Amino acid sequence: MMKRLIVLLLILLAFAIPFFVTSRFYLHILIMCCIWGMAATSMNLIMGYTGQVNLAHGAFFGIGAYSAGLLILKLGLNFWPALILACAITAAFGFFIGILALRTKGSYFAIGTMCFNVIVTVIIDSWEELTEGARGLLGIPRPAPIPLLFGGQIAFTSMPSYYYLVLISLLLTLLVIYRIVHSMMGRSFMAIRGNEELAESIGIHSMRTKLLSFLISTVFAGLAGVLYASYIGFLSPEISDYHITFEFLIFCMIGGLGTLGGPLIGAFLLTVVSELLHGVAVPRLVAYGFLLVITIIFLRGGIVGGAQMLWLKVSGRGER
Amino acid sequence: MSLFIQQVLNGIMLGSVYSLVALGLTLEYGILHIPNFTHGALYMAGAYATFLLATSAGLNFWVAMVISMMALALIGIVMERLVYRPLMLESPLSSFIAAIGMIFIFVDGALYLFGPDFKRFPPVHTQVVQVLGTTITLQRIIIILVTVTLIVLLHLFIKKTLVGATIEATAQDMEGARLMGINVKRVRMMVFALGTALAAAAASLIAPIHLVHPGMGGPVILKAFVIIILGGMGSIPGAIIGGFLLGLVESLSGGYISTAYHEVFSFGVLVTVLAIRPTGLFGGK
Repeated sequence: MMKRLIVLLLILLAFAIPFFVTSRFYLHILIMCCIWGMAATSMNLIMGYTGQVNLAHGAFFGIGAYSAGLLILKLGLNFWPALILACAITAAFGFFIGILALRTKGSYFAIGTMCFNVIVTVIIDSWEELTEGARGLLGIPRPAPIPLLFGGQIAFTSMPSYYYLVLISLLLTLLVIYRIVHSMMGRSFMAIRGNEELAESIGIHSMRTKLLSFLISTVFAGLAGVLYASYIGFLSPEISDYHITFEFLIFCMIGGLGTLGGPLIGAFLLTVVSELLHGVAVPRLVAYGFLLVITIIFLRGGIVGGAQMLWLKVSGRGER
Repeated sequence: MSLFIQQVLNGIMLGSVYSLVALGLTLEYGILHIPNFTHGALYMAGAYATFLLATSAGLNFWVAMVISMMALALIGIVMERLVYRPLMLESPLSSFIAAIGMIFIFVDGALYLFGPDFKRFPPVHTQVVQVLGTTITLQRIIIILVTVTLIVLLHLFIKKTLVGATIEATAQDMEGARLMGINVKRVRMMVFALGTALAAAAASLIAPIHLVHPGMGGPVILKAFVIIILGGMGSIPGAIIGGFLLGLVESLSGGYISTAYHEVFSFGVLVTVLAIRPTGLFGGK
């Protein structure tokens, strides 16, 4: 009950923010937080809940972004059909890559998916007739306005309106993942994370289940990519690079892998800190590296896991 | 014909570098089961160490290379002690993620300290040699010779010395080795020292031909993983043969087909093999 109230309050607060934050810079940071939060949350499904370290997640983010950009710029599609098609294209890639890569386990899966990530980036970089290569895709428009019943319309040209768009998408992602995790499907994901052979022995089809989790997570990575493409308006091959994957991984690890809020908290915290430190001569990624190593050695559960442990200790429920 | 021989020689040279990197990685992955992704970053660090010692300190190239190998061996030991030992009992994936963190530290640290620009080595051995009708610089021949020497030395070290025997025993059965009174922790540190020193040697050898820059380790480490997965984890002959094969394939396909997609090609091979045999070509279980 208490938990629900806090979540509700947080959502209300998130919706109220544009009424008292008018600075474009702060709204920009919030929009980026939501986009990275979506990407990290979707990575959490396959990595945190299903236990498969998918290092091709940045590639799916890039595939979603590039599909939307190309559909809009080269085929002249409206934003909304392009969004749905781009998610479908990402899912199709996810299906083929998943079928191949999910046959492997553990570190082999991590290395295999990472090779896929490199392949995707090299193809985007080299196929200049389609993707413009290193020059990048320029001038991806903001979403088309949605006409309302009585003559008005919802436009997405202003910062607050785009903020609402990404916020709603983020909440939708969280809701879907929450529902999945608390369903039979989520339990079978977690069973595979715990012990794949044991899960199979109680009748869970491990390949099908892993593929499902992989697919859902790629679709949301694609969605985050589409929103990124239309917000920034410019795409270059780096957006599908494995460094992007690593950043998602860091968001998940720092926040807390396998918890619903963890990746979101990690993404928000690190995005805010790094955007505020923009221009300060701090080697940001070096700090990320230290954070990641320290987290994996000392605080496996990340921020959320650490907070839970602390709460158990304080309330004395830890010792039985 | 002259182009063909040129490409083959180039391939052997590239292959020697890949073999050295893959050898270090196969020791770490095959023996200790640590997917040490940082290996590529240490390769880069080795190139920078040699470069700085040879240019700023003005040392002889070979002296610089030996000091760089020793320095990197030390870094390897420290890394094992501080990062990988606490994760010894965890799943290899924890080590993998820690390795990604250390890539950030090394690569972006180098970017911060030395800048993103490519560093050019002062030419070392530029004399030209005639081989089978084509001309080739002496440096390329030296790379191949030094690699062969290092591989032979490594082989002798593992097969003929008592210390080497402890490494082999640990590779076969870590628990059994511990029961026989072998200090497994010391073996772990030694394997890391050897592996990173080999990576530093490889990077130093190729640095006068290719350029030195912070991102130079990325493609190399992925290729080394390709080699050890195809050649079998922990298999030293597999790493050597795989390294030379990949070097030849790359240089021949680059010479006759196209260079833009050669990474797609080598990773495509890996992905295909993994899809058909999920534990690698020579993987047992």
